[in-house]
Amino acid sequence: MMLRDQDRIFTNLYGIHDWGLKGARARGDWDGTKAILEKGREAIIEEVKNSGLRGRGGAGFSTGMKWSFMPKAAGPRPHFLVINADEGEPGTCKDREIMRFDPHKLVEGALIASFAVGANAAYIYIRGEFILEAKHLQAAIDQAYEAGLIGKNACGSGFDFDLYVHRGAGAYVCGEESALIESLEGKKGQPRLKPPFPAGVGLYGCPTTVNNVESIAVVPTIMRRSAAWFAGIGRPKNSGTKLFCISGHVNKPCNVEEEMGIPFRELVEKHCGGIRGGWDNLLAVIPGGCSTPVLTKEICETVLMDFDGLREAGSGLGTAAVIVMDKSTDLVRAITRLSRFYKHESCGQCTPCREGTGWMWRMMERLNKGEATIEEIDMLQEITKQVEGHTICALGDAAAWPIQGLIRHFRPLIEAKIKARASSAA
Amino acid sequence: MSNETEMTSFAFTPENLDLAKKIIAKYPAGKQQSAVMPLLDLAQRQVGWTSIAVIEYIAQMLDMAPIRVQEVVTFYTMYNQRPVGKYHVQVCTNICCLLRGSDGVGETAKQVLGVEWGETSPDGQFTLSEVECLGACVNAPMMQVNDDYYEDLTPDSTKAVLEALKRGETPAVGPQNGRQFSAPEGGPTSLTELTFGTEKA
Repeated sequence: MMLRDQDRIFTNLYGIHDWGLKGARARGDWDGTKAILEKGREAIIEEVKNSGLRGRGGAGFSTGMKWSFMPKAAGPRPHFLVINADEGEPGTCKDREIMRFDPHKLVEGALIASFAVGANAAYIYIRGEFILEAKHLQAAIDQAYEAGLIGKNACGSGFDFDLYVHRGAGAYVCGEESALIESLEGKKGQPRLKPPFPAGVGLYGCPTTVNNVESIAVVPTIMRRSAAWFAGIGRPKNSGTKLFCISGHVNKPCNVEEEMGIPFRELVEKHCGGIRGGWDNLLAVIPGGCSTPVLTKEICETVLMDFDGLREAGSGLGTAAVIVMDKSTDLVRAITRLSRFYKHESCGQCTPCREGTGWMWRMMERLNKGEATIEEIDMLQEITKQVEGHTICALGDAAAWPIQGLIRHFRPLIEAKIKARASSAA
Repeated sequence: MSNETEMTSFAFTPENLDLAKKIIAKYPAGKQQSAVMPLLDLAQRQVGWTSIAVIEYIAQMLDMAPIRVQEVVTFYTMYNQRPVGKYHVQVCTNICCLLRGSDGVGETAKQVLGVEWGETSPDGQFTLSEVECLGACVNAPMMQVNDDYYEDLTPDSTKAVLEALKRGETPAVGPQNGRQFSAPEGGPTSLTELTFGTEKA
């Protein structure tokens, strides 16, 4: 069954309504926020845990659990909340909509989450190219200060809270939480070794929670409508609603908020006008942003779009950025383009990634042109295995997986290019 | 094209100096290094690029070694290490744009502007860059011109946008096919039952 409009959280997803404070209030934001804070830190964390909310930035870790890792009592070091708005995973464009059209959901969520983790200050790290989005967000923050919703004695709760926007400057790797913290400290965005985790040693060496925009923006609605409501949508351990970004070869690419676990086929047929050229014209799908392995049409017939459904299918929900490719796609070229992306975005810190992403890209270029031998496919597979699992952050894995998915499911397409080249040369 | 050595000195304008102080105040005392990225952005907005003079000025302002500022400049793609045209046209060619026709957008831009990737037109008006994902994937293909996104492009609408800029006009930003932002073309399939009285005219 399709998600009902009454159960949708992002009611201004398409920018039809006023995104400012007046419009936000009319849509239910900032309603009873003081009463939510009065429940206390523990009760808020418990409610978010019980909702089953899993991080919407890709890793899918329990948001409430993450908050519970923060020190319970205030120590000598201040606590920080950092909101990851460095949306850059190719295919993903959902946090952008929250920030430009529903910024008050994020501001209110930032207040509640900061209160829950004992942080009197939060930073929203937004990718530098989102200039309009940063302006809307700053305007919403200014409105919230002016109305006494944040700042000293936020919402009359006695809790002091400051919220700042920090703009990035174009580096994919800063979406990784420890790279983001380095960047926020004014350095190159190179990931840190973990442990220590940010909850122990994060921004400025202080206890820090880093959450994705969507994870934070759904919190006020969960607190108002209850954990049971959110947990009742979707499947166990995969609960709630989710913003899906469906791009590529569907008739009508779009963003849409749907129930977690919606079948892929239903998602694209209800909201995207189906696959371009009809269902049988489907070649492959990257279901969760470019770092998740590609799926075949056969898998897509039945796959459910949530964390466990896609994990069981050998891929992942990631950011729920669904990239659809029909039979006109040169899949080898498409994956080659991703390899070039990872080579460009490798921060250069770990040798297997810095060198490996370059090797993988150059080999993909050879395979894409067919200027290779069949054995090079296995050699490339071997290189992906030397990168995967051997780096500080997941960028190395992310560079390896699309290639592994291509070889696993579509090896004949690579071989066909090599053979075509060989026969035209002969 | 003017070269890297041309800017011998840099200082914020009085207005930008005020802004810079406000930016530094967003971070805890002693953590002023956090302001390096926004200050570089502010300087670039003032003079168009982040020269050595800019780097040295900001390093001094934030009590950083110039090399630490330079590291930041070279790590992040949005800092221009040499001057760019009045209009910086950045075409995304990553996977979602590729699937929806960024080849045609790129070729059209090269043709209309008479430059290749990474070049600036002889009159100094346009710099054309090929860039990675800009996060507007369901509105692909797209390009960014200075601060603005132009989405749902075709070769024809790409040409129209660039020709309008050439004439000194400001073409309407966002989707170029009449779409309501990221809603499905032809109208939303969700959020149709709700009214709040806050709809925009």
